[in-house]
Amino acid sequence: MDLVETYREELRFVRKPIPRALLLLLLAALALLPLQASSAWISRASLVWALSVGVIGQNLLIGYAGQISFGQAGFLAIGAYAFSHLRIVGWPFSLSLLAAGSAAGVAGWLVGFPSLRLKGPYLAIATLGFGTAVYQIFANSEVLSGGRMGLAVPELEPPFGLSREIWLYWVYFVIFLLFTALAYNLVSSYVGRAFVAIRDSDIAAEAMGVSLTRYKLLAFAVSSFYTGVHGALLAQYLGHLEPQAFNITESLNFFVAAIVGGLASVEGSVLGAAFVILVPALFGDFRWLVPVLFGATILVVLVFEPLGLAGAWLKTRLYFRLWPFR
Amino acid sequence: MDRFLQYALTGLSAGSLYALVALGLVLIYRSTRVLNFAHADVATFGTFVAFSLLVGGRSLWVALPLALLTGAAIAVVFYFGVLLKAQRQGATQLGQIILTLGLALIFQGVTLYGWGAEPDRFPFPLSDSKVWKVGPLYVNELSVGTLAAAAAASLLLYLLTQKTRLGIAMRATSENLQAAQTLGIPTRQVLAFSWGTASALGVLAGVFLAPVLLLDPFFMLDPFYKALAAAVLGGLNSLPGAVVGGLVLGVAESLAGAYVAVEFKNSLAFVLIVVVLLFRPEGLLGREFQERV
Repeated sequence: MDLVETYREELRFVRKPIPRALLLLLLAALALLPLQASSAWISRASLVWALSVGVIGQNLLIGYAGQISFGQAGFLAIGAYAFSHLRIVGWPFSLSLLAAGSAAGVAGWLVGFPSLRLKGPYLAIATLGFGTAVYQIFANSEVLSGGRMGLAVPELEPPFGLSREIWLYWVYFVIFLLFTALAYNLVSSYVGRAFVAIRDSDIAAEAMGVSLTRYKLLAFAVSSFYTGVHGALLAQYLGHLEPQAFNITESLNFFVAAIVGGLASVEGSVLGAAFVILVPALFGDFRWLVPVLFGATILVVLVFEPLGLAGAWLKTRLYFRLWPFR
Repeated sequence: MDRFLQYALTGLSAGSLYALVALGLVLIYRSTRVLNFAHADVATFGTFVAFSLLVGGRSLWVALPLALLTGAAIAVVFYFGVLLKAQRQGATQLGQIILTLGLALIFQGVTLYGWGAEPDRFPFPLSDSKVWKVGPLYVNELSVGTLAAAAAASLLLYLLTQKTRLGIAMRATSENLQAAQTLGIPTRQVLAFSWGTASALGVLAGVFLAPVLLLDPFFMLDPFYKALAAAVLGGLNSLPGAVVGGLVLGVAESLAGAYVAVEFKNSLAFVLIVVVLLFRPEGLLGREFQERV
């Protein structure tokens, strides 16, 4: 019998030896991927790791805490520009990354204040307004956006004579693993359960002793910290920033990824991020087809499989757990 | 003073279009509590249908009704085919908003496929280069037509919701769905009708916006965000609020562009959203629905 006997066992990420071995094998394969794959696929995979961080952030906010945000592109821009300016001034990569995340996190904390009063569609509109406002500030301010030439981001110098893209891939992979582990720990702690309680009914959560002010603001801050880090990684990857990269369509991509991957699921976020990167990569020749595929997938997912790719994966696992005997 | 009046008049004409788009958003929000993000893209598709018919040599009196019907049909099919199914499975409010987002993406792609991304000139019988001088003011033909169309559409909508049996059924359904069902109102058909009407209003606004802006698959997005601001300003569940909000926003924008700074013109709507939501979230004329735990 498969019984969870202690709280420590419940908290453990993988409990059985075979799944643990499989997981390690998968991670090893992903770590060694750049030695085999072509350079186009290495950069696509690096983008998936970067986007995964952002989508996990979006998912913490809309999937776990239930607060709608259409302003993710705004946090993305704040993270990317903070990172680039610090890098240009000469800060090291890791410090700039943290500072970019923190800048976006503070912005998210501030945006969180209206969320204390607003709900549902009103919050969606307010965050949409924030995202567009940030976009217009960057588009109209030459000091911030580097004017007509855009902003060039200093390259990351690889050690040990590695090629630049392989080094970038490994750095992004490690950062992705770190933030994923952090997210798993967050959602299985008191904080994550407070988020879920607020999502399901904020009035009931407050009656149970969850401080709405503290946890709504925390959800916004953590989510935008993640998005800011993603912005920094994106800036490093692109090497050149223009405000155009942070318009409202970018916020929609986060949404598509979080929905298709599965709301309130960390591994779903990663699958969703892969979906959003891979579909345009595969159907890039047909520009009109990408939005149609995104839209149709959203409709199909929400009507037939509301838990998204993560839900489909869960069902497959359950099926094979009892496999020969059913 | 003349300059002030001239800018106010320009603003009124732009504002009447914001009001038309906002009316569609509000009509859907107050009947089904869904914020329709597909409004702009369905309206764009309908406008392109009108464009093809006009280029094909049909008169506006054929093209416009066909375009309106196309927009309405898309919304009705979406309501019955997708939204109702999702609602039966207990989709949350967030889920329903995201469904409309999916519809928006699909029609964005379809419009790109059908007409390409290059901007087109919309062949419209009214032109904005034909100008009359009325007292101290200059009035062009297009803005007079726009104001007249918006006023006629608002009036018809008012008569529909206030004076007909169908309108009473619509109001009852939006007030309390269960009670309306108990009283024998065919709520699904009524809601589908609301969706269709709203979408047709969006197409109407698109047809009058297209001669002012250039026609491309994304030309409705900017007016859509403005209309969202107008709807919030007036109150998301108040039809008169949408008209008032649209006109106020249009005039305020035009005056801000004239007297403050041109760059400020486009950000005004978003500043307005934040201010209204912070201090009076239910809007000027709105009344928020109550919720129980």
